[in-house]
Amino acid sequence: MSAVAAPSARRITWLRRRRALGSGWREYRRNTPGMVGLVLLVLIVLMAIAAPLLADPAGLHAVNTVNNPAWANPAKFHPLGTDHLGRSVMTQVIWGARISLLVGLAATVLAMLIGSVVGITAGFFGGWTESILMRLTEWFLVIPFLPLAIVLAAILGPSIQNIILVIGITSWPFPARLIRAQVLTMKERLYVDRSRALGASEWHLMTRHILPNVSGLIIANTTLTVPVAILSETTLSFLGLGDPSRASWGKMLQESFEAGALTQQAWWYYVPPGVGILLVVLAFTLCGQALEEVLDPRLRDRRE
Amino acid sequence: MSARYVSGKVLGSLATLLFVIAFNFFLFRVVEGDPVANLFRGRNLSQSQRAALTKQFGLDGSTGEQFVRYVQQTAQFNLGRTYTNNQPVASEIWDKAGPTIALVGVSTLLSTIFGVMLGIAAAWRRRTKTDYAVTSFTMTTYAMPDFWLGMLLLTAFAVELGWFPVGGIVDPNSDATGLAKVADQAKHMFLPALTLTLAYLGEYALVMRSSLLETMREDYLVLARAKGLRDALVRKRHAVPNALLPVITLISINFGFVLSGAIAVEAIFSWPGLGLATYDALQGPDLPMLQGLFLVFSAAVIAANLFADLLYGYLDPRVRTS
Repeated sequence: MSAVAAPSARRITWLRRRRALGSGWREYRRNTPGMVGLVLLVLIVLMAIAAPLLADPAGLHAVNTVNNPAWANPAKFHPLGTDHLGRSVMTQVIWGARISLLVGLAATVLAMLIGSVVGITAGFFGGWTESILMRLTEWFLVIPFLPLAIVLAAILGPSIQNIILVIGITSWPFPARLIRAQVLTMKERLYVDRSRALGASEWHLMTRHILPNVSGLIIANTTLTVPVAILSETTLSFLGLGDPSRASWGKMLQESFEAGALTQQAWWYYVPPGVGILLVVLAFTLCGQALEEVLDPRLRDRRE
Repeated sequence: MSARYVSGKVLGSLATLLFVIAFNFFLFRVVEGDPVANLFRGRNLSQSQRAALTKQFGLDGSTGEQFVRYVQQTAQFNLGRTYTNNQPVASEIWDKAGPTIALVGVSTLLSTIFGVMLGIAAAWRRRTKTDYAVTSFTMTTYAMPDFWLGMLLLTAFAVELGWFPVGGIVDPNSDATGLAKVADQAKHMFLPALTLTLAYLGEYALVMRSSLLETMREDYLVLARAKGLRDALVRKRHAVPNALLPVITLISINFGFVLSGAIAVEAIFSWPGLGLATYDALQGPDLPMLQGLFLVFSAAVIAANLFADLLYGYLDPRVRTS
């Protein structure tokens, strides 16, 4: 960069953001549980992405597995045995990761989108807009989550879009309340007043000043909502409300239960998907808590 | 606690209940289409039979009339009849509430006691092996689907070892009465109760731990130590009672989820409660039954929230006097 030319405002902002990101990452790296979670998460996501290389999807359909033994234990059929239809458990675990992650992520994005819009609008505009939106949020918080999800899924019918929709529209109230609280403290800051005095529009204030300042909270909260969404998917699938044509880890648990794996003592059928859920939920939770601590230094002595 | 505070909370709860009733009505009525046609698909129905059935399901008249009738009937605890066995939904729910309240009540009690104890131990000995053990244990139980934990326990203790029955609430072949019957039921309840206790425990332990850590930074605890009080006394008399407040709120709110909390776990252990009823109603789906269950589950949460607010108003002087 030449010494005379003053860097543009855009460039200053960009440099500042990169520096903030760098220092955030240094802070995150020092958080051991957060790093464990991140490594775990990367491994699981890689497995889900590489599913076509790891296992032939034809093995998911019972038509193609008639020659395999049913209920074969891992010693007889590598690496994780077969189910009641002779399908390899390993193949199902690998492909199931895709559906579980997809539903968890998509539902969370939907929930955070609704939650952010409601939270920011309510916090920023105040008045009757806020009263109505927060009353709605309170109502949704009171309705028990699982029964509501069950009723919605039962009425809409089982499909992957519907399960994403159901988890999304039952998970937004909590982030909405959190984001509103943050916006309320943000809009009292001096730089907002200054910007308003300089003639900034409401839209400019909302997108340029409020949104960037709550984005950290939104990201940390997203990371902590994904595991909840994945657990919800598991329970809904177990109750028979998942997509019947696609294997998720929750669906595997349902099929193993219905096929009588418990009495067959076929532990290799229902232990692996459960371990998968356990690990992915743990990974997201560890990452989310680490992110929270990076963004909010007051939380750092929480685990000390 | 002022009368204004109490009446405000009670009215707010009633408004929420009304919202849930309206929501429940429109959810099932609008989306469902024509239930008579769905239910008797492929069968010949004469016009008069169809009209009679429509009337029986309360589907005659305009949507507004139906809604008013629905609210009136709900207020009289008339929730319609089930599709599967044509019984009143309200009495079906009433019959099944007992086992659920017993199972989830016992589990909530046990998980609270052990969760609070673990939380205290972890916070008091923070950054020691105890703390790390408690934190990892609670994180792990939190990350498991509760019914999967149930499947594992069922495999180990009922199928492999045969120590406990695999499901149900009583042994169907035994005609035991009195104490022997109670013992039999306790044996049936052990595994589902253990599952739910382990599943709930983590939340209480984590909340108690962070609440106690917060309290331990307060000045009056420094003073208590400076006075030369013994460690155990500081903990028992000064720290724990104050740190318990958030846990008490959590317990009373969770109490509302008592009825709906164990749907999948009840299904695993065939425990004949509201959870198993939900699981069975989903297979149909038996919509009137689902609608009734949803209303009861929601009402329980609203009641528990009201109770938590009032209790908090009573316990916390800052709310009491304002």
